[in-house]
Amino acid sequence: MRLLEYQAKSLFAEYGVPIPKGMTSTDIVQGRKDAAALGFPFVIKAQMAVGGRGKAGAIQKCQNADEFELKYPDIMQKVVKGEKTKAILLEKMADIKKELYISLFLNRGKRCYTIIASGEGGVEIESVKNQIIREVGLGNVDAKTAEEVGKQMGLKDKPLNQFVDILQKLAKITIEKEAELAEINPLAILGDESVVALDGKVIIDDNAMFRHDELRKFQEVSELEERAEKSGFSLVELDGNIAVVGNGAGLVMSTLDMLSDNGGKPACFLDVGGGATTETVYEALTLISKMKKVKGILVNLYGGIVKTTTVATAFIKAYEDKVIDLPVFARMSGAEADKSKEMLKGSRTKMFDTIEEAINAAVIEMNKNG
Amino acid sequence: MVDLFELLIGKQGDKDYKKKPVIVQGITGKFGAFHTQQMLAYGTNIVAGVTPGKGGQKHEGVPIYETMSEAVNATGAKISIIFVPAKFFLSAAVEALESGIKLLIAIPEHVPVKDAMTIVDLAKKKDAIVVGPNTPGIIIPGIIKIGIMPAMPFKEGRIAVISRSGTLMYEVSHNLSIANFGQSVCFGIGGDPINGTPLIQAFDTIRDGANIDGIVVVGEIGGDAEEMLAQHIIDTKFDKPVVAYIAGRAAPKEKRMGHAGAIVYGNYGSAESKVSMYAKANVPVAKRPAEVPMLLAGKLEKGRIK
Repeated sequence: MRLLEYQAKSLFAEYGVPIPKGMTSTDIVQGRKDAAALGFPFVIKAQMAVGGRGKAGAIQKCQNADEFELKYPDIMQKVVKGEKTKAILLEKMADIKKELYISLFLNRGKRCYTIIASGEGGVEIESVKNQIIREVGLGNVDAKTAEEVGKQMGLKDKPLNQFVDILQKLAKITIEKEAELAEINPLAILGDESVVALDGKVIIDDNAMFRHDELRKFQEVSELEERAEKSGFSLVELDGNIAVVGNGAGLVMSTLDMLSDNGGKPACFLDVGGGATTETVYEALTLISKMKKVKGILVNLYGGIVKTTTVATAFIKAYEDKVIDLPVFARMSGAEADKSKEMLKGSRTKMFDTIEEAINAAVIEMNKNG
Repeated sequence: MVDLFELLIGKQGDKDYKKKPVIVQGITGKFGAFHTQQMLAYGTNIVAGVTPGKGGQKHEGVPIYETMSEAVNATGAKISIIFVPAKFFLSAAVEALESGIKLLIAIPEHVPVKDAMTIVDLAKKKDAIVVGPNTPGIIIPGIIKIGIMPAMPFKEGRIAVISRSGTLMYEVSHNLSIANFGQSVCFGIGGDPINGTPLIQAFDTIRDGANIDGIVVVGEIGGDAEEMLAQHIIDTKFDKPVVAYIAGRAAPKEKRMGHAGAIVYGNYGSAESKVSMYAKANVPVAKRPAEVPMLLAGKLEKGRIK
């Protein structure tokens, strides 16, 4: 789960990492109250889980009430790389002397946490040449390590001491909240030599959420995603018109790739888990029936242990119950494939021996309908 | 260092050669019970199960114990497979490693990263191998199946398959089998960000220990395991054919595609990055699972001409 900036900053504040004074709202009525309390000038920042907000105009300076009335609604309806504004953070402007970069992230290859730091901040870290990289095991950062990193970044005196404190607190957040990433970019040195986190990005390990009820308030899932999760499925909604369903994340990704290669447009990624039963497939079809843009369903099931007839039963039941009335293009490997084909004769579900054939048929059908 | 193949098969002359004893943790759960029966049907020598509160009972004729130390003491098994829910994985895995288990197959999905890292650390101290979490397990066709994979796609032979995904391991092996490329071993490393046996380690174990003509690596987006492996193939001048597949080319960035480990941040973990590193290592990447045997045949043919 990726936290929004203001959510990450609320964690920072809780752990004593300095942040600028700011207030968050989701409508202009509350926004006006926040503006009055904060006082002009300030920065209006769209809260959305995506980078590059500044360039896209989703972060703007605001000098007075007239500007506020124009800019607040404008930023509220911004969409950047497909992500909508979820809330608006009004934040006091900072007198920035220098921008730094600091993060702790889960280094999968090395199987440890790793610090990345740089004396150049405020830009994408990938583009920075002078990166300082330190592996820190399970995430704990002692004062000596933090000081060495700070010195390598060219810090000294008061900013160095503050940096050491901030890095150790960031490490504490990473460990205690089970984050895969905790990043401050930029971390700014202000005119008075104080050090402040001007932005924040924190990604929490989804699998650890059962231990973090305190973070639930930040969790935002669509109704469909919630329902999918309850059924033990993984769902990612996409922009196209063909729903892609299968058992196993790898297999569904693979199906998505092949569909896209052939000019098809996936409407979703739906993994019903390793097994496949009449119930799970029926539930998957029910979920898909609630997605308006879907015009057809592509199914790729690797049976093995599962009999394909149990899956065929689910399709027939879904048509009978009028859960779906969509064409289905299915590939099911496994036992009793011939019997399944016989069962589905005359229904809107067509069965194919290979996924390639199913994809071709699906794409042709979608193109026919424009 | 413990040796995977010695644990799984043993040496000729061992009284349990090709019949190594295995313990199932969580044997009475729906999933564990079903797959115990499937593994027994394949010929895997399951000697004990563990479910707290059910000690003294039997499942499919297999005696159930209260704790791992009881089960290990009674059977001498060095291999265990875990089926407990993710929340209970850490304690089950610690119990297994503390009881002397040397090969731990970790089936559960949704294990927190912190717990996986704790187990990786403990396994190092105990000189044990952990496979998973979120793995389908390992199968040596015709000899032993420790996992949840169906038996049908796999055939005995001389190609090794290493996979980050379960169903894709079945799919690719099935495609290999119908093209008459049987498998010497199929190794699921798991779909999580942290693997008990990372890709490179699985690769090295197999190149040294298995009778192989070539290796197929089934990967997906997320992390940099494929990139590291490609560099490793270059550095160690591995000269047998390697063919790869990568799922997730069409996936959007910053979205977790089912597997906890299948997520792209910027270029980190992208399919393009993996494909270009594989190209440097002279490893062809199949566009779809059915293309794997064709690429492999091409590579083997080239090897023969040389």
